[in-house]
Order: sequence, then structure tokens, then C-alpha cells
Amino acid sequence: MELWRPDPTFYPSPRMAMQAPPEKVAFVAMLNAESNGRPDALGVVDVDPSSKTYGGIVGRLDMPNAGDELHHFGWNACSACLCPYMPHPHTERRYLVVPGIKSSRIHIVDTKPDPRKPKIVKVIEPKVLAERTGYSRPHTVHCGPEGIFCSALGSTTGDGPGGIFVMDPESFEILGKWEIERGSQYLAYDFWWHLGLDTMITSEWGTPNMVEAGLNPDILLKGGYGHSIHVWDLRKRRHVQELDLGAEQQMALELRPAHDPSRAYGFLGVVVSLKDLSASIWVWHRENGKWGVKKVIEIPAQPADPEKLPPMLKGFKAVPPLITDINLSLDDRFLYISCWGTGEFLQYEVSDPFHPKKTGSVHLGGIVRRAGHPKKPGAPLNGGPQMVEVSRDGRRVYFTNSLYSPWDAQFYPDGVRSWMVKLDAKPDGGMEIDPKFFLEFGDLRGHQVRLEGGDASSDSYCYS
Amino acid sequence: MSHLTLWPWVAIFLLGAYHGVNPGMGWLFAAALGMQKKSAVAVWQSLAPIAVGHFIAIGLVVAAAVVAGAVLPLQYVKIAAACILLAFGLQRLIRKSHPRWGGMQIGFRDLCIWSFLMASAHGAGFMLLPILLKMSALHGAADLGAPAPHRHGGAFEGPWTAPTALLVHTLGYLLVTGLIALVVYEKVGLQVLRRAWVNLDLIWAVVLIVTAGFTLLVPT
Repeated sequence: MELWRPDPTFYPSPRMAMQAPPEKVAFVAMLNAESNGRPDALGVVDVDPSSKTYGGIVGRLDMPNAGDELHHFGWNACSACLCPYMPHPHTERRYLVVPGIKSSRIHIVDTKPDPRKPKIVKVIEPKVLAERTGYSRPHTVHCGPEGIFCSALGSTTGDGPGGIFVMDPESFEILGKWEIERGSQYLAYDFWWHLGLDTMITSEWGTPNMVEAGLNPDILLKGGYGHSIHVWDLRKRRHVQELDLGAEQQMALELRPAHDPSRAYGFLGVVVSLKDLSASIWVWHRENGKWGVKKVIEIPAQPADPEKLPPMLKGFKAVPPLITDINLSLDDRFLYISCWGTGEFLQYEVSDPFHPKKTGSVHLGGIVRRAGHPKKPGAPLNGGPQMVEVSRDGRRVYFTNSLYSPWDAQFYPDGVRSWMVKLDAKPDGGMEIDPKFFLEFGDLRGHQVRLEGGDASSDSYCYS
Repeated sequence: MSHLTLWPWVAIFLLGAYHGVNPGMGWLFAAALGMQKKSAVAVWQSLAPIAVGHFIAIGLVVAAAVVAGAVLPLQYVKIAAACILLAFGLQRLIRKSHPRWGGMQIGFRDLCIWSFLMASAHGAGFMLLPILLKMSALHGAADLGAPAPHRHGGAFEGPWTAPTALLVHTLGYLLVTGLIALVVYEKVGLQVLRRAWVNLDLIWAVVLIVTAGFTLLVPT
């Protein structure tokens, strides 16, 4: 349906989007990690502090098939619909595009009229995705000015190359493979763009065959997982430049470009360094027409009693931080970093992206630390800060604790018991755990969180 | 010039102004490029290619109509124009497709192409045809004195009528595009996009269909 006025959740600039009203519900991908034949689900979480069911699941949509491994997901439309060269502001932000990273099945979920009762309106089977694109294992979803973009980890055989495909934002037909010329790019994972610069950035994890049986130590020690990011011409759909971090940097995953479309930099999280098990944050940036990349934060591994470490880590006598997700507030001011290994969640002030200042730290879970939540004091938690989402006004931060079921089992062999928490962020830095918000998922595991009306990783903007 | 001969010119001008009001036809892009480069000069500079692209898009349609009018009975041209207008209107009502072309790093030539594509995809040129038909009918009655249904090529027979109409139309378009772009850039800001941007695509579709009706009513 076309609206008469622009969708009220669309904002021309990130600055204006920060004035948006607080979200009342959040959507969470819920994974069924047991092989009991039951499907994954999309959960609806009440995040309205004035509500009686605050912090609880108030809606649930089961997927039609078992074994999808819901992971990341995104909206059909967002503020990019206001871009001046292809404006379609009367499209509704209404449908969630929810891929299964294991099944390669894509679900289109209608969140209206009642967001607490989402419904599936279309299912795209893996066969269709394979026929139209040659890709499988869909991952990140972003709404762009011209359609819905989605990354895919690999080809139908489970090898590379992975890449990007495009969906029609109204019919949800898969239009095809995005790349015209992929250059040196082979591995895929995350992607996003600088709309003001007509530039796309993509990152690297591993092919499906490299990740689906768990983290493979042989591949890892040879530096075989992704360690580059790629710069693309968004209009010409061509590879422009590869930025290689060096093979000791393993798994260059999450990308958060500056939201302001005129700023030519962004942040990248790297999971682990083979040199010392540290994790790091890098900044890619443009100077004199050429792109470069520079390490700006390094988080060291922490020595640990091998007794407390899973088999894979015992020999190292240390727990790696494992930066598995990051997020950037809409004013490009605060960067949030999930250290899934050590169970630490960090906040940095990054107004000057090359000189970040640490402004906050919170502990929950962790391979060794098992830090608890104030709502359940004394109860050790496992898993660690992982998929993080920040509200548009930058005042609330939500995260869940599971990573990816085959990898959960390697790092938390006792079985990740999944939870979701919320932090309150202060306007000038610092953050605190909200003692009233502690959601336990029971036999499911929470993964990506999306906030009603948009959040700090759902929308992109054409105006500063 | 009597008021009878003046009003089609006013209509051509207003139609240009109407095209200019639509954010998808150029003013939004001009304002955005100004904001991107943080300079009002950039707004001014983008107006020329946007107007040129629009002019060419409209010009091609009008030229095609002139040629058609020269070789075919005007009645046929009229019906064909009405059918095309109706088809554009229905297409825009049923399925909102947009040209998927463009970006934010865009030079003169690309901006021309973009403006050309937007105007063409929205059937902008065809909206002028009933007025041009009407103008030629007026000319015909005064100059030729022949019974209307038997005339050929009357359409744009004053050789300057069609080019002048194009210029008048583009002037109306350019004035409104430039005015809104500058007011939004200098004064109002982008907040207006959230409030005042009504669904002009819907109105546009209705206008196309209504124009199709008018076209049929023009005596030839």
C-alpha cells in the first residue's frame, strides 16, 4: 500500500532520526539450537518501560520449517527511500526480510497492523535464490534507495564466491546478483555503504564450507578466514579496491560506516589476531581519492586457568575477547563493541575516529567470567555480549548472547543459555545495565534485535 | 493577443510549474546536492542540467507528435496521445516503478540523463499534447479557415509554436524547481520532507488520466 504522506519513520538525516520517539517493541530472531524438529521463531519483545510486560516476549511467529537458523534480518524500506535520485517516500516500513542462514530460505514478515502479531506473507525457497543468483546462505539485509540488498556467504555448493543480491522492495522478487565485476573479492559477510559517496564496503568471514561445521582450527591457524574488506562503486557495481589487514587478522566481520553520508570513514570489527588472540577495531577512510584502513583499538586476550577454558582454547591459557559485533550511534559519536569471549561490552567515544576514548564497560557472561545480571544476582551467565542494537536517539542499547549455533558449542560447550539485556546510555558517555530488563529465551537463542521504526543499523541516509 | 490565444500559453507554463513542484523531478536533488557540497552555488549549478534533461525529454515527445501530426490525420495523433497518457496514468496508479539510476556523486552529464529519465518515465511530455493540439486548432480556425476534420498536419504548423511552447514549459519548470530548491536549501530545511511531501505520484497518475480525457475532447 502506498501512503499519502511519507512513512513517519523515515528521516532525511541521521541527526533528525535521533529525534524519533522511543521504540515500544523490538523484534528478535530466535534460534532453535536443539535438533528436535521444531522451527525457529521471530519474537516480539516489549521494550516500553511503562508497560506491565516490559522486558518480556509479547508475540511470537514460528517459521514454517525447522532448521532455518535465523540470524540477521532487516526492513523492506527505510530512510534511504528519501534519497533524491530515487525518491519513493510513500512506501511503508512494514515488512521484515528474515533469512535463514542455514536453510537459505527467506521469509517476508508483515509487522502490521499489530506489531505484536507478525505474519508471514511470502517465503522464498532456497531453490529460487539459487536459480536467480547462484548464491546461498543469505546474511545481512539492508534497504537501499533502489531495493533490498542482501549478502550471501557462498555459492550453492557451499564454496565461494559469496556476494550480494538485490530484491524488489514491493514484490520481494529476487532480482539477481548485484556484482558486475567482483575483482579480488571471494569471501563475503557483511556490507554497507556510504550513500553520499556512491560507495559500498563489504567484509569477509568464510564460505559456508569453512564455517558450518564449526570454527576450523586448521583454516584459522593458516590465516584462511577473511582478513580484507572491499570497496565498491555502488553505481557501477564494480570492485574498486581491496584493503587487506594482513592474514594474522582473522574474520573481518561487522561494518559500521559513519551514518552522516558526507563522512568518508567507518568502523570494522576483527574477531581475533593469530599473533596474540587480541581483537581489534579498524577504521577505513578515504584520503585523496584512495581508501586506506588503520587499526584504532586493540583489545588484548586475558590470561586464564586452562581448567576453565573450552578444549579449543586450553592450550592458549587465555581467553580471547572475540569482537563479534559492533554498533555506532546515529550521531557517529559512540561505538559499541561486543567481546563475546571475555563477556565485556564496551563503549568508546569516536567523534575523532582515529583517537577513540573508552567511556564505558559492562560485564555479562563470558567464557571464564560468567558475570551475572542485577535482576538475577548470583546466577552465573554464559554466552557473552553479542548482537547489539542501539536506539535511534542513542539512549538505549540492547544485546543478546548467542553467536552461531555450531560456534556457540565450541566456545560455550555447556550450551548457551540465551538472554537479552538492555543498557541505558548517558548522553555524554557511560552506560548502565537496566536492572529491570533481563529476558531469558528458554530453549531458544536470541540473535539479532531490530527496533520498531528503525535503529542504528537499519537505516541509511542521503542528507547530512 | 486576445485572452483566447493567451490561455494555452499560460497552461503550458503552469504545466511546467506543476512538473517542477514534484520532488522527484529535480528540486529535491538540487537541494540535496547543495547540502552535500554545503553551497548554494551547487544548487544553482545543478539547475541547468536538470532543466536541460527535462527539456530534452519533453522535446522528444513533442517532436514525435509534430512529425506524427505532419504525416497522419490529426484525429489519429489525438487518439494515440490519449491512449499513451491513459497507459502512463494506469501504470503509475498500479505499480510505482522508478528509474533505478543515479547516485550522489553526479556531474553535469549524469544529472541531465537523470532528469531526462525521470521526466520520460513519468510521461511528462505527453501531458503537453492536448494543449498543443488545442493551440493548433485555434491557429487553424483563424489561419486556414478549413473545416477542422479534414485538416492534416495542422498541429504545429506555425513552425515556432512547438519550440516556443517547449521553452515556455521549461521556463515554468525551471522557475519552480529553482525556487523550491533554494527555499528548501536556504530556509525551510529537510524537515519539510517529512511533513509536506504528499504522494504526488498519486496525483500525477490522476492528472495523466484526466489529461487523456481532455485530449480526446480537443476538437480536431
